[in-house]
Amino acid sequence: MANAASTSLRADEGGMGYLTSLPRRLVVVYLPLAVFVFVLLFPFYWMTITAIKPNDELTDYKHFSPLWVVKPTLQHVRYLLFETSYPSWLWNTMYIAVAATVISIVVSVLAAYAIERLRFSGSRYVGLAIFLAYLVPPSILFIPLALMVFKLGLYDSKWALILTYPTFLVPFCTWLLMGYFRSIPYELEECALIDGASRWQILARIILPLSVPGLISAGIFAFTLSWNEFIYALTFIQSSENKTVPVGVLTELVRSDIYEWGALMAGALFGSLPVVILYSFFVDYYVSSMTGAVKE
Amino acid sequence: MNEAAPMTLPAAPIDSRGILARLRESRLLLGMVFLFPAAVILLVFLTYPLGLGIWLGFTDTQIGRPGIFIGLENYEDLWTDSVFWLAVFNTILYTVVASVVKFALGLWLALILNERLPFKAFFRAIVLLPWVVPTVLSAIAFWWIYDAQFSIVSWSLIRLGIIDRPINFLGDPTLARASVIAANIWRGIPFVAITLLAGLQTISPSLYEAATLDGANGWQRFRHVTLPMLTPIIAVVMTFSVLFTFTDFQLIYVLTRGGPVNATHLMATLSFQRAIPGGHLGEGAAIAVAMIPFLLAAILFSYFGMQRRRWQQGGRD
Repeated sequence: MANAASTSLRADEGGMGYLTSLPRRLVVVYLPLAVFVFVLLFPFYWMTITAIKPNDELTDYKHFSPLWVVKPTLQHVRYLLFETSYPSWLWNTMYIAVAATVISIVVSVLAAYAIERLRFSGSRYVGLAIFLAYLVPPSILFIPLALMVFKLGLYDSKWALILTYPTFLVPFCTWLLMGYFRSIPYELEECALIDGASRWQILARIILPLSVPGLISAGIFAFTLSWNEFIYALTFIQSSENKTVPVGVLTELVRSDIYEWGALMAGALFGSLPVVILYSFFVDYYVSSMTGAVKE
Repeated sequence: MNEAAPMTLPAAPIDSRGILARLRESRLLLGMVFLFPAAVILLVFLTYPLGLGIWLGFTDTQIGRPGIFIGLENYEDLWTDSVFWLAVFNTILYTVVASVVKFALGLWLALILNERLPFKAFFRAIVLLPWVVPTVLSAIAFWWIYDAQFSIVSWSLIRLGIIDRPINFLGDPTLARASVIAANIWRGIPFVAITLLAGLQTISPSLYEAATLDGANGWQRFRHVTLPMLTPIIAVVMTFSVLFTFTDFQLIYVLTRGGPVNATHLMATLSFQRAIPGGHLGEGAAIAVAMIPFLLAAILFSYFGMQRRRWQQGGRD
């Protein structure tokens, strides 16, 4: 469709997109797209190239072009893996993200089914409350939560994060799964009810198998959100070996005035890889959960 | 949609009333059981802390020392605190500029991706990458890109002969503000673009055909077909975008920690700094509470944005 905002006024007056000429499309579509893609991807290139540059090339722009690497090295990766707690940060992040995701999905499936299908009186208000809960940002909650985490004796433990991440995961997943459950025909459930199935059986045998795509979407998104979380992890975790990747890279790899740019970039790169790999396998689920959360 | 609930029973009229009544009773009970875990999590870790946060704002609690109620003292202190007002100003500036630019560029990118393109799915996938990776980690990449000495941007501009010495991106107040806003925009564009693209794809091509037949040109089709059809989703997307931007913490924490001379402190980072390293939980909580009115305004804006969709789609008013 030739509806690009930037299109000139009169040129494509008479036709739809497929009639516009190639040179015009080149200027209106491909050129801006190329610029967007370049700007959006350049930091990743820069991250990668820095991560494999030896230190002498890293800060010597006179003899080496910064955009390329002459002698690629794995020294930063080696440093990261064997001389820092990076592997345990990766493990912590994975552990916390998986645990928080599993808990949130189970809880959300039950809640979404209750709100969307049981339709008890007041379920609409519960649905609205869940949506409002999604809008409460962590930057408002972290101070009182820090106090609670401390009083509960969870400070500096994985459980501090596993229990607090559902505060933003449950509203999101519930909201998303409500949308999926809504799209499953009532008739299926009614038949099962008539055949004498209990609500549990309906949920387990009919609704869940039919909403596998929704579960995948919610799971992937929840995992990514937990993996990327920062402010709670920064506030509730103190000891180096309990940190998550985002916090660990930022607080442990930056020492005094000497920035280990190579190691920092390698840390950032490897910390991003798990979510990027997951994302690349499930792009469509990811996009549908992102847009699904926004569409009502 | 409530009336669409179990309409199973008219087929068996004999004792339908009894079954219906029993069903309704058990549905309420069952609903409570199913909602219980979610309710516990949200009440304990969301509602209660929200209330606790508001309460803390009225106390002088410090780390390791329970506080006493001091009324509005924290807010009175903040009222005369120039750093706080600077943070408010920064937050609004950051939110407004970043949101507007994110919206404009995001819409543009969405319109481009909505064109007939080869490898469209591929482009859509890679464009979303900045939003997928952990913000802190991409912010670290920006930190390196903004390095005072070895910035790749400075190097490129010097090579192109545009400037003659490296730009001090994060050292100068104005430049630092621009730099963090640019990084926020970089991260936010994909979200806006991909969600708006989803909205664009639901607009029926026949509307464009009809508009074309009526002699509408490209701009008119955009202005009178695309934009009105997209308004409801724009309202929601931008509310989320504003909420995320307004409460942003990570980017600033990585890039500047609020410096130079507090020029990039946002309310969230100031709240953190006073509460956690500073130890003044009460004061930090008061700053966090001060963000709530702004967030409510954004939510109401979204609510009325959503309201529009009903009459727009010819539904009930």
